[in-house]
Amino acid sequence: MTDTRTPSNLSTGVSRRTLLKGTAAVAGAAIGSGAITGFPTIWAQNIKNVTLRQFGTGVSNLNAVADKVKEDLGFTLQMTALDSDAVTQRAVTQPKSYDIADIEYWICKKVFPAGVMQPMDVSKIKNFDKIVPIFVTGKLTPDSAIAQGTAPHTVGFVEGKDSTKFAKSPTQWMTLIPTIYNADTLGIRPDLVGRPISSWKDLLDPAFKGKASLLNIPSIGIMDAAMVCEAMGEVKYGDKGNMTKEEIDKTLKIMTEAKKAGQFRAFWKTFDESVNLMSSGEVIIQSMWSPAVAAVRAKGIQCVYQPLKEGYRAWGGGLGIAKHLSGLELEAAYEYINWYLSGWVGAYLNRQGYYSAVLDTAKQHMTPEEWAFWMEGQPAKTDILSPEGKVMEKAGAVRDGGSFQDRMGRVACWNAVMDEDRYMVRKWNEFIAA
Amino acid sequence: MTLTAETPRPTVTAAAGRARRPRLLPRVAPYLQAAPLTVALLLFLLVPILTIVAVSFWDYDSVRIYPDFVLTNYTELLTSPVTWKTYLNTLKYAALTWAITLGIGFTVAYFLAFHIRSTTWQMVLFLLCTIPFWTSNIIRMISWIPFLGRNGLLNSGLISAGIIDQPLEFLLFSDFSVVLAFVHLYALFMVVPIFNSMMRIDRALIEAARDGGASAAQTLWNVILPLTKPGIAIGSIFVVTLVMGDFITVRLMSGGQSASIGLMIANEISLLQYPAAAANAVVLLAVVLIMVVAMLRVVDIRKEL
Repeated sequence: MTDTRTPSNLSTGVSRRTLLKGTAAVAGAAIGSGAITGFPTIWAQNIKNVTLRQFGTGVSNLNAVADKVKEDLGFTLQMTALDSDAVTQRAVTQPKSYDIADIEYWICKKVFPAGVMQPMDVSKIKNFDKIVPIFVTGKLTPDSAIAQGTAPHTVGFVEGKDSTKFAKSPTQWMTLIPTIYNADTLGIRPDLVGRPISSWKDLLDPAFKGKASLLNIPSIGIMDAAMVCEAMGEVKYGDKGNMTKEEIDKTLKIMTEAKKAGQFRAFWKTFDESVNLMSSGEVIIQSMWSPAVAAVRAKGIQCVYQPLKEGYRAWGGGLGIAKHLSGLELEAAYEYINWYLSGWVGAYLNRQGYYSAVLDTAKQHMTPEEWAFWMEGQPAKTDILSPEGKVMEKAGAVRDGGSFQDRMGRVACWNAVMDEDRYMVRKWNEFIAA
Repeated sequence: MTLTAETPRPTVTAAAGRARRPRLLPRVAPYLQAAPLTVALLLFLLVPILTIVAVSFWDYDSVRIYPDFVLTNYTELLTSPVTWKTYLNTLKYAALTWAITLGIGFTVAYFLAFHIRSTTWQMVLFLLCTIPFWTSNIIRMISWIPFLGRNGLLNSGLISAGIIDQPLEFLLFSDFSVVLAFVHLYALFMVVPIFNSMMRIDRALIEAARDGGASAAQTLWNVILPLTKPGIAIGSIFVVTLVMGDFITVRLMSGGQSASIGLMIANEISLLQYPAAAANAVVLLAVVLIMVVAMLRVVDIRKEL
């Protein structure tokens, strides 16, 4: 897989690095407009031989991105999509098997301390200043509150080039360059629930007995469970993203009682399962992911990604570079990351209902109508198309939850990995087995 | 060999002398013949199992495992009520599946072996039994879901026929659906060995029983059943070990609401808790081995084959 790597060609007397510094700045802009010319011939040929192996969760491992990379940057991007548990595993246990890790921030908290990745120099990231501040300071606007859980900025930086210790405030060394994020909530079947849903606690409403579902990925499921218990007023949390043993016990006790009472129809683990449960009517209220809601709707079945008064559970992912990467490949990786933030991918992700890290550049690649629908929460002026060109929403539709500010500004907690992780997993398994 | 050399008869000595060169080969030949299998078993069975046993004593945190010798994996496993509940649940599935597949397997095999006279038809009908196996077992499993669902074929059929007013909820994502899928998946493993055993029964024995005045039930109980025991034992071993080690059927058919040991191990692996998973696997292996040994105690397969 990696035998295509070419040693750097320094025979021209110009170091590749200086060469790159010059071109990188142009590249960002040039890539945006799709015009890739003017690369020095030698470098352009060298980089064509580079293959970067990226692996990560399915959400952003898109073939369209790999194709566009080939077209715009000339090198090959191989993508492998795995579920989040497998990603964590592989990131730690097979660090040589990938060049670029596309992981979530809570996975980063587990993986980065293992010393398998290298931080990125933000001075080489062209659009660093334009990255949404959630990932830098933790605050969407200067006066917004920092959400609980593994907030991306808490694991976004390390203290130095070779450090594996997360820095308390932004430094020059970034662990992950944010790429994709979203605010999750409950999905409902408005035609079957029969009443307005406004709170997380509605998941355990006896009226939906045998028709509710929860996702069975412990680190995410526990957060949804915590949102429910907090909304019920049964448990008070110090930090939902880092619960004490006692809080874990209380939370899962409530969930276990509900399970024994027959509240849940099923627990799902994969995207397709959640779509099938919802579209078949087995389940009418459940934890869900945004594209799954879109998939149910695409079948012509009503489904709403219901905003709830307690706020959203957010998640975010980013690209990190494997420790073993150096030389031309490392430069190619930076090149790729700069390209990622330069707008085309951002627009692609925004059109799927996710959010991209640098909004300004993404905006340039979207039509004003698309931007108004996806980002500003306005009724669609025209039909809204998916990146593949299928109609996702008819003209007049409004995005569930509204604008970017309304959704990302109301994040209650981030997906997290807790200090009591091991205990929580054991208790979660007891809950599932109960 | 030296004795042969000391015998006075010259011809024998000469023969021994001539045989000296190839003498090594016959002695080594059996070992050579067994070597490929031995190597394969060592490499692909013994080494992995020993590794699992070794890892089960290691320590771990959320991302890494540390070579060590700790018993925490076993103490955590064996003292947790979840483990016991899960084992009980898995044993329940195994017992139910075993009993039902045995009933179905025996009946089908009996019908094929004793009621179908022509060998051609026996083979045709036997092949008919294997048709479901032409598709992947995941597909066979998943196809039950739309059939049994709340708005599935069965429920809509029953409702429109006026037999029930409310959809039957227990049909899907329940123990019922899990056992149903198991039976569907594994019944053939029972049919084949029992059918095989029955075909080996000397028909004269049955005639003799009838001549001796035995009723059909007596013949079945006193002649056919004892002679079919090896087939039943082999089928039981298949079904029980498959059910004990399963994780995907339980997960899909119970909607993730029930636990099985395989599922428990899969969960632990996915959370990087390899040592815990290894300890669990070792315990499961021991339990399954005990069950197999117990079955072999009841029926001596070798003697009766």
